[in-house]
Formats: sequence, structure tokens, C-alpha cells
Amino acid sequence: MENVKKFENAIGNRYEFVVLFDVENGNPNGDPDAGNMPRVDAETGHGLVTDVCLKRKIRNYIELVKNDEPGYKIFIKEVLNDKLEQAYLEKSLTDNKKDAKGAKNNALIARDFMCENYFDVRTFGAVMNTGDCKCGIVRGPVQINFAKSIDPIATQEITITRMAITNQKDADKDNAMGKKSFVPYGLYKAEGFVSAALAQSVTGFSDDDAELLWQAIINMFEHDHSAARGKMVVRKLIVFKHDSFLGNAPSHTLFERIKVKRIDDEMPARRYADYQVDVDLNNLPNGVTVDEKI
Amino acid sequence: MGYGIKVRVWGDYACFTRPEMKVERVSYDMLTPSAARGIIEAIYWKPAIKWTIDKIHVINPIKFTNMRRNEVSEVAKLGSIKKAMEKGESYQIIATDNRHQRAALILRDVEYVIEAHFDLNPDKAGESDTVEKHYNIALRRLKNGQYFYQPTLGTREFAASFELIEHTSEIPKSNIQGEVDLGYMLYDMNFSVNESKTKQSVSPSFFRAKLEDGILDLRNAGNEVRI
Repeated sequence: MENVKKFENAIGNRYEFVVLFDVENGNPNGDPDAGNMPRVDAETGHGLVTDVCLKRKIRNYIELVKNDEPGYKIFIKEVLNDKLEQAYLEKSLTDNKKDAKGAKNNALIARDFMCENYFDVRTFGAVMNTGDCKCGIVRGPVQINFAKSIDPIATQEITITRMAITNQKDADKDNAMGKKSFVPYGLYKAEGFVSAALAQSVTGFSDDDAELLWQAIINMFEHDHSAARGKMVVRKLIVFKHDSFLGNAPSHTLFERIKVKRIDDEMPARRYADYQVDVDLNNLPNGVTVDEKI
Repeated sequence: MGYGIKVRVWGDYACFTRPEMKVERVSYDMLTPSAARGIIEAIYWKPAIKWTIDKIHVINPIKFTNMRRNEVSEVAKLGSIKKAMEKGESYQIIATDNRHQRAALILRDVEYVIEAHFDLNPDKAGESDTVEKHYNIALRRLKNGQYFYQPTLGTREFAASFELIEHTSEIPKSNIQGEVDLGYMLYDMNFSVNESKTKQSVSPSFFRAKLEDGILDLRNAGNEVRI
């Protein structure tokens, strides 16, 4: 048998998905190299949002709704609360360096424990390196590409002022000005992949987890509002489901079925209604179904 | 090489990290043989077979772009996980406390054609492992766009689209003309275990990469240099 199914509940289907989200008067993802201006592809002017940025939102949503419920803990955290300090600073137990086989076995047990308890490890994977034994790196089934804007974006910088100052000694200085950079409007598209094979053989990512992932993607900006982000909304989540765990069609042929175009090329886009999104459902490859989650 | 395959792979971005510049990643100019092997293995691999990369065609001109991201500096520690398991405690990495901002110089708009073949691995192949069987499975997966996990162009955020180039079809022509010397490049990592199977070691091997009209011929590159 080709299928080495280790987890009973692991997903049996490969998926690909496309997320369309937009930003209005906000900065979807700042570039640390450019003074936190929105990320832009310097050659084409298209806006970018990194994979890790979107994964962060998904983690935050899961943490919020599941609140460290067993099986749905989040491994890579932001310090939003201070209830979790105890455990993580603890130093390592003695690693058995002489016995590589034993160490490997330990790492596998630890790996399974991490996958079972932490949603983000089960979904995206994690680096668990014991030094002597490299087998503890978990490659998760879910992977997301950089999101790219449909059209080149125009970034703007505005100067803002504040009334208060931080230090008394600065009272005389003229330091009450700040900068804020944003995108007036941008519609972005991200593509993602879910490997059933990795779910089955490594992490045990289940159908329930997949359902939760879709929920998290749909809601990833709903609880991420801040001064910097402006209005960010997930407009569409289109999921391609394959009948088999290896898949039934090349992923790029599925992604190409989604066409997003501007309705009026003359005017800059300023809202979602300025775009038309078509999903070509004709002659779908055998064994592939399309589910428009929103 | 009767059991060779040709695969076209492409994507918007790619990062084939140079080992000497991997903190702030700098990509090689092109797909390395080991990354090419990884792409094929993501589609089809069994312990009974061993893929070898014969040629890599670089179709698009070589272009770079820069990307800086917030990353974490910490990896999970086995000991801490054990402790958490035993005590039923929670174990986390606090991303905002372990922050590294790292830039990456990555390739953009890449397209390659990989020519590869496989040999049976005499240590692992059983009686039912015929080359025909593995060849046909590999072809079937490539034709149907099936994969074990999504192949990537160096790192996982840069997914690789792929398609089989049939024997009767032509390989797209490279936009790179003449001879281009790319210097020393990673050939592959060599994995080995010592005799008592208690310790695994990994060592890299390098070769001198030269493009002739956009084609990197690896058939004689082998393990030219080793450290």
C-alpha cells in the first residue's frame, strides 16, 4: 500500500484554497525594511502580505476561540496575556546523547505529543530540534503562499499629531508628529495547500481541524482590528477538494479557474464592488469539488 | 536513462538558500540539484528508489528581490516538551520575545525544467520493486498533478507549480544565452549512518555550476568538491 496512514482521524482529501481579502485605509502587513510601509513588490508595485503574517492571524483566532482548550493550544504565541509564563523558561531535561536510537524514539513521542496538543503544530508544523537528532522537525500539512494584490497598490503616508508627550524633558521639543502609512484600497489573493499525505503520516490534522481552519481563515481579521490595519475583510474563501489523498488535478489548473478583474479600468479601485470575481466551474476535473465557503 | 522524466516547475518566488549566507538568507542564482530532488520527491518517492538529477534548464532570466520578515529565533526543546508532557503543563514559544528580523534575497519569476531519472536502491528494493512500476507511478502522479506534499521552490512559502513534459513535447527554450559561470554550488547533502547505526551524519557536497545556454548539465558533476 502506498498509503501509510498513522492517524485514524486524519483528513483523507487533499485541498487547495484561495482567499481573497481586502484592506481599506490600512496597512495589511508592514515591511520592516521600509519603515513599516505596506509591503510592495518593488518591480511591479503589487502589494504583498507574507505567509507568516496570515498564519499569525489564524493562530490568534484559534487561541481566541479555543482559549487553550486541550488539543487546541497554540505553540507559537504572542504575549497577549501573562498567564503562561511558568513552563516555557524551564531548561531542558537531560538529553541522552550516547544513545541515538533512544533519542530518536523520544523525539518521535514528543513530536506526536506536540501534534496532538497544539493546533498550530498539527497544522503548520514546527521546528523541534534536539541537537543530536533531526527527526523532530514537523512539516505541517497546511501551507500558504505570499498573498499578492490583484492590482498595483498606491501607498500613502500621512502625518499625524499627538497632544501628549512621553518624557518631561522632551516637553520643549517639537516631537508631537508621527507617520502613518496605509493603502487606500487593495484586494489581495492568497493561495494555500493542504496535504492529506502529511496529515495522515505525520501530524493527524483531521476533518474537524480543516473545518476549524476554514472558520479561522474566514474570521482572521474580525478580531485583528487595530489602529494600523484599517478595515480588513475576508471577501472569499474558495476551497478545492480532491477525492483522493494525493489529489486529482494539478493545483495551478485549479487556481487558474479563479479570475479577478477590475470592472472599470479607468478609475482606481476603492472598494470590493470595483472588482468582479469569477470562479470557473465548467468541466471540473474528475474528483474535484469546489466549495465557496464565503 | 530509459526511465528519465522531464518536469517543468515554476513560481513567483524562490529561495535556494546559500549555506554560507543563511542567517539573512541569500538565494543561489538558480534551483540547486538538491532542491530539484526535493521537488521530485515531494511528488513521488519510495525508499526503494533514488532520484538523480541529470539536467536543469533555467528558462527565465535570473532576477532577485528582497524581503524582510519577523521570525522567531527559538526552536522547541525536547527536554521542555518532555517536562510539559509529564507535568501536564503548557509549553510555548513567545514570538514577540524571541524576535529576529531577517532579510532574504530571493529569486522571482522562476521557471525550470528538471530532467531526472531514478535507480533502484539495492539496500531497500524488494522483489516487487520493478523500475516499470515506479516509473509508471511517478508518471501518473505528474500527469494528474498529484503530490505527497506540495513541492516548493526552496522554502515552503514558495510553492512550485509543476507539470510533466511528455517525451514528444519540446522543452521550453531558455532566455539565457552563452556560458554563465555560477561558481560553486551545493550539489546535495550526503546522509550516512555509522556502522552501529547509532549516529547519523550529514555532509554537503559542492560542484562548479556552469550554465551553457541556460542548461546546467549535472551528469558529470557528481561530487566534485566535498567538505
